[in-house]
Amino acid sequence: MTLLDAHLVASLGAFRLDVALTADAGEVVALLGPNGAGKTTALRVLAGLHPIAGGHIRLGGTPIEGAPPHARRIGVVFQDYLLFPHLTALDNVAFGPRCQGIRRAEARRRAGDWLARMGLADSARAKPRQLSGGQAQRVALARALAPQPTLLLLDEPLAALDARTRLDTRAHLRRHLAGHPGVTILVTHDPVDAMILADRIVIVEQGRVVQTGDAATVTRQPRTDYVARLVGLNLYRGHGAGHAVALTGGLTLTTADVVDGQAFVAFPPSAVALHPHAPTGSPRNTWPATVDGVERHGDHIRVHLTGPVETAADITPAAAADLDLALGRQLWAAVKAAETRAYPASG
Amino acid sequence: MRGASSAPTGRIPVALALPAAAGLTFLVLPLVGLLTRTPWSDLPARLAAPGVLDALRLSLGTATAATVVSVILGVPLAWLLARSSFPGRRVVRALVTLPLVLPPVVGGVALLLVFGRRGLLGGWLENAFGVTVPFSTTAVVLAEAFVAMPFLVISVEGALRAADARYEEAAATLGATPWTAFRRITLPLVLPGLAAGTVLCWARALGEFGATITFAGNFPGRTQTMPLAVYLALESDPAAAIVLSLLLLVVSVAILAGLRERWMSVP
Repeated sequence: MTLLDAHLVASLGAFRLDVALTADAGEVVALLGPNGAGKTTALRVLAGLHPIAGGHIRLGGTPIEGAPPHARRIGVVFQDYLLFPHLTALDNVAFGPRCQGIRRAEARRRAGDWLARMGLADSARAKPRQLSGGQAQRVALARALAPQPTLLLLDEPLAALDARTRLDTRAHLRRHLAGHPGVTILVTHDPVDAMILADRIVIVEQGRVVQTGDAATVTRQPRTDYVARLVGLNLYRGHGAGHAVALTGGLTLTTADVVDGQAFVAFPPSAVALHPHAPTGSPRNTWPATVDGVERHGDHIRVHLTGPVETAADITPAAAADLDLALGRQLWAAVKAAETRAYPASG
Repeated sequence: MRGASSAPTGRIPVALALPAAAGLTFLVLPLVGLLTRTPWSDLPARLAAPGVLDALRLSLGTATAATVVSVILGVPLAWLLARSSFPGRRVVRALVTLPLVLPPVVGGVALLLVFGRRGLLGGWLENAFGVTVPFSTTAVVLAEAFVAMPFLVISVEGALRAADARYEEAAATLGATPWTAFRRITLPLVLPGLAAGTVLCWARALGEFGATITFAGNFPGRTQTMPLAVYLALESDPAAAIVLSLLLLVVSVAILAGLRERWMSVP
């Protein structure tokens, strides 16, 4: 059942946001995109904190785009949490229920339940400044969930945490988001957060939706350079005819998939082999390439290449030593057809 | 490497130390003069003199009433200046701070022109309600509030600007109406600024002289506050003026110290 049906049009200075978004009850949708893509603006428009210039927001069939934030049945976890500094953790969580007219004692009892569910029963009396980053994140989540919102909004919920806390909090967040009966919209620029926490990923660039799908689809078949870089793939656009895709750079790649018309070709950097001379033999996809950059990447070496197409190649340190990777060095790049993936650019 | 703001290393620049010492002397010396000239021997008798306690009671009462009026009207005004945007807001802010730069006597004259018998509101008040404001205790409160309220407005507006307005957004997403958000989130957050503004306002009201004597006159027991009593005594009985001054000084210091203990302590 579609619980959230939104078409968000808004402007912020010269920036224009135009994003359509739907979600079912219980679904967790991640808005993923680079900084400045308009993700947070979209979230603020949903919350009623930024004026909507056009479109609509229907929550459970009811239009809410004209309602003030306090009448929207929403919960927001802000990037820096915004826990009220003068209230204890318990009273922060009890604030929402209190605003719904629930008596103080009952609101506090519910808040206590929420804190216990978050594993924070011991911190109920702590003021926000006495909480660690991970604890503050959980209190913020409990506070947003306590009024039982239909729409839960999270703005970069893990961005303020250090790496170690992030890991624990991510697992914790995943558990609680899965249990939320309403719609959850999560804004993040971290693909790992999006893939772990969300059922569906909506990729936003420059105020527009560029791709939608589950994590597997998005990672296997990226549709923009941004997504390809996020998931670590080389991505090219071209024109397909059978097993051949003519790329815009002039190079034609042979692919295992059959594709006709406008198409994408993607392959991982580890599929690229580098040779000092033009290789003879099996790989049919070879092209001359120039070394443009070399960096260490975990236990392998990533080589950035220019040529008819820009390519990233991952090779072993031993192979790198044999190749003498000076900047500007001429090499040959090769990719087996079986390691490429080709898919239509439309749809 | 030590930061510039870390604990001093023991040396204070002479260029700062000398003017600082001179400034301190300048501020403290008049108080020393007051203390050395105080007629300590007949102090109890003079304090018990008729009218002294009346003036003190009137001063404390009117200053407190003027502060209450300033808080009730000034806090919403400060909120309007800090949080909303409307055409002419800069003009409004300038108007609010006008009593700060206006000589109090001029303020008193202006109040007379409004509340006097032939003033803008005075005639109407007298005809409709039979109320005459000038030269009454009410006039003392109005004169003090007129002069003292800007201190409160400026102080609270500054605190509101410093407080993060996004807390109010967070409250709204939790279902709080703007009024609830103001009452339960904004007001507690600016409480230190409100307390400081209230103390400033009260202190200014307690010391008010010019507007009071112009608008409310100098009637013992009704409009003669301590500053007026001091001024009057100075002409007939300087020793009495010193005693009154000392009393006002001790009472204000005691109240400010008490409030500081209660409200201004940083948790």
